[in-house]
Amino acid sequence: MRLPSGGRIDRTTPLTFTVDGVTHTGYRGDTLASAMLANNVLAGPSIHLGRPRGIVAAGVEEPNALVQVGPEPMLPATTVELTDGIEATTLSGRGRLATPNDGYFDKTYAHCDVLVVGGGRAGLAAAVEAGRSGARVFLADEQPELGGSLLSTPDTWEWLDTVVAELASFPETRVLTRATVFGYYDHNYLSIAQRRPGGGRLWHVRAGRVVLATGAHERPLVFAGNDRPGVMLAGAVRTYLNRYAVRPGRRAVVCTNNDSAYATALDLLESGAEVLVADVRDEESALAALVRSAGGEVRAGTTVTGTTGSPWVTSVSLGSETADCDLVAVSGGWNPVVHLHSQAGGTLRYDDATAAFVPDVARQAHVSVGSANGELDPVHPLWTIPAADGSWDTHFVDQQRDATVADVLRATGAGMRSAEHVKRYTTIGTAHDQGKTAGVNTLGVIAEALGAGTPGPTTYRPPYTPVPFALLAGRDRGALLDPARVTPIHAWHVARGAEFENVGQWRRPWYYPLPGETMTEAVLRECRAAREGVGVQDASTLGKIELVGPDAGEFLNRMYTNAFAKLPVGTARYGMMCTADGMVFDDGVVLRLAEDRYLATTTTGNAAAVLDHFEEWLQTEWPDLRVHCTSVTEQWATIAVVGPLSGRVVGALAADLPPKFMAFVDTTVHGVPARVARISFSGELAYEVNVAGWHGLAVWEAVMAAGEEFGITPYGTETMHVLRAEKGYPIVGQDTDGTVTPLDLGMDWIVSKRKSFVGKRSLRRPDTARPDRKQLVGLLPVDPDDLLPEGAQLVAPDTPLDPPVPMLGHVTSSYRSAALGRTFALALLRSGRDRLGQVVHAPLADRTIAAIVTEPVFYDPEGTRRDG
Amino acid sequence: MTHPDRLWRNPCLKWSYDVVIVGGGGHGLATAYYLAREHGITNVAVLEKGWLAGGNMARNTTIIRSNYLMDESAAIYEHAMKLWEGLSDELDYDILFSQRGVLNLAHTLGDVREGVRRVNANRLNGVDAEWLTPDQVKEFCPIVDISPDVRYPVLGATLQPRGGIAKHDHVAWAYARAADRLGVDLVQGCEVTGFVRSGGRVVGVDTNRGPIRAGAVALASAGHSSVLASLAGLRLPIQSHPLQAMVSELLEPVHPCVVMSNHVHVYVSQAHKGELVLGAGIDPFNSYAQRGSVHVVEHQLAAALELFPVFGHAHVLRTWAGIVDTSPDASPIVGPTPVPGLYVNCGWGTGGFKATPASGWVYAHTIAHGEPHALNRPFGLDRFTTGALVDEHGAAAVAH
Ligand SMILES: Cc1cc2nc3c(=O)[nH]c(=O)nc-3n(C[C@H](O)[C@H](O)[C@H](O)COP(=O)(O)OP(=O)(O)OC[C@H]3O[C@@H](n4cnc5c(N)ncnc54)[C@H](O)[C@@H]3O)c2cc1C
Repeated sequence: MRLPSGGRIDRTTPLTFTVDGVTHTGYRGDTLASAMLANNVLAGPSIHLGRPRGIVAAGVEEPNALVQVGPEPMLPATTVELTDGIEATTLSGRGRLATPNDGYFDKTYAHCDVLVVGGGRAGLAAAVEAGRSGARVFLADEQPELGGSLLSTPDTWEWLDTVVAELASFPETRVLTRATVFGYYDHNYLSIAQRRPGGGRLWHVRAGRVVLATGAHERPLVFAGNDRPGVMLAGAVRTYLNRYAVRPGRRAVVCTNNDSAYATALDLLESGAEVLVADVRDEESALAALVRSAGGEVRAGTTVTGTTGSPWVTSVSLGSETADCDLVAVSGGWNPVVHLHSQAGGTLRYDDATAAFVPDVARQAHVSVGSANGELDPVHPLWTIPAADGSWDTHFVDQQRDATVADVLRATGAGMRSAEHVKRYTTIGTAHDQGKTAGVNTLGVIAEALGAGTPGPTTYRPPYTPVPFALLAGRDRGALLDPARVTPIHAWHVARGAEFENVGQWRRPWYYPLPGETMTEAVLRECRAAREGVGVQDASTLGKIELVGPDAGEFLNRMYTNAFAKLPVGTARYGMMCTADGMVFDDGVVLRLAEDRYLATTTTGNAAAVLDHFEEWLQTEWPDLRVHCTSVTEQWATIAVVGPLSGRVVGALAADLPPKFMAFVDTTVHGVPARVARISFSGELAYEVNVAGWHGLAVWEAVMAAGEEFGITPYGTETMHVLRAEKGYPIVGQDTDGTVTPLDLGMDWIVSKRKSFVGKRSLRRPDTARPDRKQLVGLLPVDPDDLLPEGAQLVAPDTPLDPPVPMLGHVTSSYRSAALGRTFALALLRSGRDRLGQVVHAPLADRTIAAIVTEPVFYDPEGTRRDG
Repeated sequence: MTHPDRLWRNPCLKWSYDVVIVGGGGHGLATAYYLAREHGITNVAVLEKGWLAGGNMARNTTIIRSNYLMDESAAIYEHAMKLWEGLSDELDYDILFSQRGVLNLAHTLGDVREGVRRVNANRLNGVDAEWLTPDQVKEFCPIVDISPDVRYPVLGATLQPRGGIAKHDHVAWAYARAADRLGVDLVQGCEVTGFVRSGGRVVGVDTNRGPIRAGAVALASAGHSSVLASLAGLRLPIQSHPLQAMVSELLEPVHPCVVMSNHVHVYVSQAHKGELVLGAGIDPFNSYAQRGSVHVVEHQLAAALELFPVFGHAHVLRTWAGIVDTSPDASPIVGPTPVPGLYVNCGWGTGGFKATPASGWVYAHTIAHGEPHALNRPFGLDRFTTGALVDEHGAAAVAH
């Protein structure tokens, strides 16, 4: 019931809320749990046994009172601040997801000299001391207001107000409330989850020193029927009385093995309740006299051995006697909250006096203070209290998991010795409360069962309390999940109605359908334009790395299978790179800009990997080479103008043209400085116009204007793929998959016999040198209209299709060709070059396609068209 | 589900065994069981430095599938799948094997090509596989966002209907109990610190509890394999990395199958109890500490929420990391070593749980016969010198 006065609630602001559809009232300053308790509302029944359960604790350690609030699937009612109109549903250990989370979650990265975790007495004292020194101090506390356990002791509130005011006066001190420090990582890096209206903030804090003032959690006593509603932690009872002015019962039995519960007894008496203290210790506590003088009863050497009542407790057994009551306040001692100390790598020590694990050696720059450091009342450890009938199956160790002493005994009886095994066998500690009230008791029960002296040990991992997925995700959602990279010409492609594909992080035009056109029609049209007239592609996404230094040529010689050291300035060469195991890694054209300066282009998706690869070899194997590698991908816009009429278009804009194939000039195009190269990935006459990124769009538009009279046609990646496939040019990552050597691609000419390069030695390994490897070949479906699916597997024609079916290879690329007037494909085929002219079959789910093996070059094998 | 009342003895360590298995994870326990069961070799000890199956076996996200690309991989993982399908009966222990189907999502045209290729290869290898369109993905797993305007839209998926999950602890304990019953000594808290040699041969191990003689020593120590092998003078081509996973609170059933997306690194299923189980990509640095970086968790949850908007209100309850043993070709190493008397089984990396039965089965055969079974012959150590790699990297399906 609600007491007529007292507490930190605001009685002028009554709030209405519902639990399971029933309307109740509470006050601002309540938690949902305190308001439920004030209205005698039960928690949901237990998960497996369906036993009635009540609120046990007042903080994050609450095992029972889980609620669904709006879309929030599962929150302990003890952590929900009451607001008007809350609709809560009690849960039986399982929540329900229903709607997306459109809350606002962001992240802050911050540094401080001292991070104090916990705003109770010890934390406040530490923060004020540090604040006075002028240090940058962060004080984080999970509660809506500072004070910690002081909030349950009204006689300290004056001191609390003074300290909070002083903290506020320090310019460098920042107080974070509703802020749970949940993770302590290496190098004093901590994560804080802060609840904010409509969302939250994730703080990443790098702290010079950390003060852990995280307090302690009380342990229940493990007796028969200890889960009956009305059995609560003694400290929680005190919190409800003093902080929320809620008295959970009128006739209380306080059962304890230490002195801390006497404060609860005294506060209960002062609130007008009847109190009987059953102290398990034989020797009477010095505090017993105080209780008696306040009108309570104290019995030493007495313990609760059982409970009755339905659903609320109505009496307890005290050995042979019974006592009527409607509240049982228990204390089995306190566990310092050592989670963060342990997460930080600190070791724990079992302390006999308090029967608890306390911080031992810290591994990072942190100290534990106050009760988090084990400054607690001594206890008389008592892990289990036998029932009169000898049963153990209502002695709950983990209420949320419905796990009892009997379950623990079964686990140890089955042969389990490790606490980790027992926890897994019984599921203790795996529920929402992560066993905060169960953990140490479980270790105690195990130790007793195994006849071991002391319980333990144990360690903790992040997070300290559950953290919303959405908070960790933050704003890296939607378009910000992985911001798309676009070229300077992107807006033009969008306006032109291009369809896009994701290539690495880039958005690339895939094809440009005209109104009413299918993809196939669009691609055939684009291909035709590039082969017969002029096409244009935005090639800006290709990776570009500048290699500068006197050893750049030597370095490239070592990285590429072919040689670059003697490449004349002003010319370009196509190159290929392998990984150390001799497999194709990347390819691209390398330009020699000056004696000591090269520009290497890479595939779009691999640019970063190639730069990493260069740097790894430079830094770990050849630190003596004088080369610097710089990514310049985004500094350039690259416009590929392709087709027999390309020279007329580029010629109209460029002051100068490269003299021959694989040469380039630095000149101007459309009046802006440009590098124009004769490079072709289609087999046609083609020019690559490179200008500074910010001129990209203007020059693209100028190219379009100059090409208008020739019907210049923009084309995307699909057409590029078709054009190159007609020429038999492989695409790394499509026609190769990390198991293909340059020789498998039939590119023996690119593998230098004279110089050494990364991967060369591997090419001589017995398997890599095998003649019957899978080799790149062309395929022409017997029916020229049949399109082989990319990824189709290939088998010999007479192969029975009973698994496992011996496979010869697979289709890597497959298209309809405008130039050939039919379909064609590229494939990797075992002993492919020995099978030229033979038929292979591609068995699909519903049919089989037959195709003839050919050379991979389908179009202009003589290479006559590249000069126009 | 209740567990049996008897799991294993806690035997005294003998001074000599026919076979000593180093590492009491899933693979070590399964190996012991098949040695005893299939080959009649029962004078076997499994030495575990911590508690049984407390390494990666206790930390993995329990995804089981056999839809690997390469013929050699498909054969061994499919052998595992067939063993999984009879395992609860064989071991008389409900391992909660649930064949709810595994989706591997494709987000790029490259992913699509890879997926189709793998489906075709799987079918011809006798592994069940289907290619699903985005709409079929939605039908199979209604909570996946297949809208085309997300950053990496779902372009399709492969489905292995027989794939699914099992309960890792149950699997480990089932093998442990069965091996124990056949006479195998499961010895916990026993760390191997070196090898006893005679001539060139390994004839035993040194442990924190003294030396133990052994007819054969079989490493099954996952993330610590290279450390152990180096004590025998053997350099393994293995890199150890942290791999993290996490679970949510218990939730009513919301996710009917297993979804894997290698492109954005999301691997998620809902366990029997009700928690969402999510795996991340590896932490890129090398480490033996079972700890990962928080930013990996952040990144993975951002990606998960894009795929599964309904997860937005879930909470992370626990995170953890295991140390995974990655090999250059993303395939395991199972077989004899150049050191006589010493066998190695490692390199399963991020995906060895699913292989547990087959790994134990072929390893037991290898130890019993002194040479590999046909299924693990392609996975020998010699392939790194011959070049006959079984490279699963090209298939975007390597993880988990
Ligand atoms: C987060 C995570 C998620 C994963 N998800 C999946 C998944 O979804 N699907 C899948 O198929 N696989 C998954 N895996 C991989 C899988 O867990 C491993 O490949 C597999 O468990 C390894 O075999 P194991 O069980 O024998 O290893 P472990 O359980 O790690 O066993 C090795 C044992 O060796 C012991 N040991 C080490 N050194 C010594 C020594 N000197 N002396 C004695 N004992 C020693 C260790 O303590 C350990 O118990 C995942 C792994 C992780 C970490």
